[in-house]
Amino acid sequence: MSGTVLAQAFALVFDPYVLWVILASAAYGLFVGAVPGLTATMATALLVPVTFFMPPVPAIASIVTATAMAIFAGDIPSCLLRMPGTPASAAYTDEAYAMTKKGQGEMALGAGLVFSVMGGLFGTAVLIAAAPALAEVALKFSSFEYFWLVLLGLLSAVFLAIGNPLKGVVSLLLGLLVSAVGLDNPAGFPRFTFGNAELAGGFTLIPIMIGMFAVSEILRNVASLDRPWQMAQATIGNVFQGMWGLTKRYPAQILRGSVLGTAIGALPGAGADIAAWMSYAMSKRFSKEPEKFGTGHVEGIVEAGASNNSALAGAWIPALVFGIPGDSITAIVIGVLYIKGLNPGPTVFMEKAPEMYAIFLIFILANLLMLPLGVAAIKGAKQLLRAPREVLMPVILLFCVVGSFAINNSIFGVILMLAFGIVAYAMEENGFPVAPAILGMVLGAMLEEHFISSMIKSDGRILAFFERPIAGGLGALTLAVVAIPLLRRFFRSAA
Amino acid sequence: MPGQKFGPAWFPGAIAVGLAVCGAALVLTGARQRGPWCALPDWVRRPRPRAGVAAVLAGLVFYILLADRLGFHVTGVLLLAFWMRVLGASWRVTIPVALIATLAMHFAFYKGLRVPLPWGLLEQWAF
Repeated sequence: MSGTVLAQAFALVFDPYVLWVILASAAYGLFVGAVPGLTATMATALLVPVTFFMPPVPAIASIVTATAMAIFAGDIPSCLLRMPGTPASAAYTDEAYAMTKKGQGEMALGAGLVFSVMGGLFGTAVLIAAAPALAEVALKFSSFEYFWLVLLGLLSAVFLAIGNPLKGVVSLLLGLLVSAVGLDNPAGFPRFTFGNAELAGGFTLIPIMIGMFAVSEILRNVASLDRPWQMAQATIGNVFQGMWGLTKRYPAQILRGSVLGTAIGALPGAGADIAAWMSYAMSKRFSKEPEKFGTGHVEGIVEAGASNNSALAGAWIPALVFGIPGDSITAIVIGVLYIKGLNPGPTVFMEKAPEMYAIFLIFILANLLMLPLGVAAIKGAKQLLRAPREVLMPVILLFCVVGSFAINNSIFGVILMLAFGIVAYAMEENGFPVAPAILGMVLGAMLEEHFISSMIKSDGRILAFFERPIAGGLGALTLAVVAIPLLRRFFRSAA
Repeated sequence: MPGQKFGPAWFPGAIAVGLAVCGAALVLTGARQRGPWCALPDWVRRPRPRAGVAAVLAGLVFYILLADRLGFHVTGVLLLAFWMRVLGASWRVTIPVALIATLAMHFAFYKGLRVPLPWGLLEQWAF
């Protein structure tokens, strides 16, 4: 990177307006993360209508900052209420609460904060190093490689989802079906439009995402409104006490959590929540004292806390380089990038280099800002958690309505929001993961376009998909991802 | 489409085949487990959640049908008040929050972001 690019990036970030946006988004992210039932993805979906009207850098800055803060803040109600603030904290909620019960609430909250920052900075470092390097390689990609990459991304979303993979496939296919609506296909032929002008342009994704991530969450909240929250500990002391000791005691755990988190984040379809589950399980398996897990032992919180925040940055690697989202948050971000003229792809690092480095800087800044603001949030946790849900939910709901309307200034957005909110609620209640559907909607057009243009280039020969070296390798990997779990299941049932 | 081997029907066709296969597999596994055909979530039997979910859905349909005619401001205040009352907020909280939140969204979206929220009944007093 040249010095002038970096200087331009600094100028873009250290602008009073951008800094103000970062601070406001940080407060917003901490609040949304700390209130159980409001997720980081929901925070992003609700930010989009507002970022719509901002210049590119502050728009991205607001999302980066809000999500980083929200994933950390999710740990706060885990410790105090035994309720994860965001799904990314669910993996170690019982552990954190058990620590609070033992009188170690400070340590649990401090570990959540300090190791979130470390994991976030690690993921950012990998993002800064890997994304431009990967972009160099990706410049040589043709439609064959992209087809396999997209397919691999969609499949990994299915297999990394928790639960029945068959339901994951159904979710993915439904998402692809949504992406097929409209004129926007290689043939330019109207599909599933029923002569309706609103449908000819295809479904607008933002109202759909607001529906799937916010309205469904509100429905879930309202359905549990008669279960009150109970705080375990009222006053919180110095959260930094003993953190240096933990860092010296668990360096391998911190590194392992950060590496696994970044990798899971970078794999399409799986984000911070799955990273935390896997890191917590990994921590227990390799621990010298696995019997202490579940009784209020900090080791798993250290590893999984680093993991979920590193996953956030990891998810941006495929999102920026290939336009393939690494998690549900970046699935929303990709839409924002297109609107802002920062079309993801390998060339964005040359054409929009200052903006890209500005994004990297914002990641660093947001993670550093997490230390002071995180302490403030922990201190104010009592007030934060007293936010009355019977007031909060209606206001958020009206905000969703206005936000869905604002994207196209059309009531059709509100209809989409309601319909997909109900669908997402029903899907999750019945064990169908939502993330593959979102990925299918975002990537469906890309999958079809690269498949059709590859088929036209090769005159319909399927084998052409394996003839270029990288395409062949990716193709083999894709087939392996499908075949190995099937074979394993077959042999297990045979034995 | 004539003359094209891979036309616009190819992609939805592939999705349909996939959904049919997965659907059949889910039906088969479901049939083997012998559960009930259809089960309602447990909140349906608890009065407050049931009223809340019904209010959320009814309110959104109300907005979709009537927001253009009544205008955003009237609908917004009415809906917020309705939702908060059903979910259990007191009138003392409900009235100020409904008015202030609607006004805040007016200033943020209509004034700040220039979203043409409909005025409806209040057209002549638009500001």
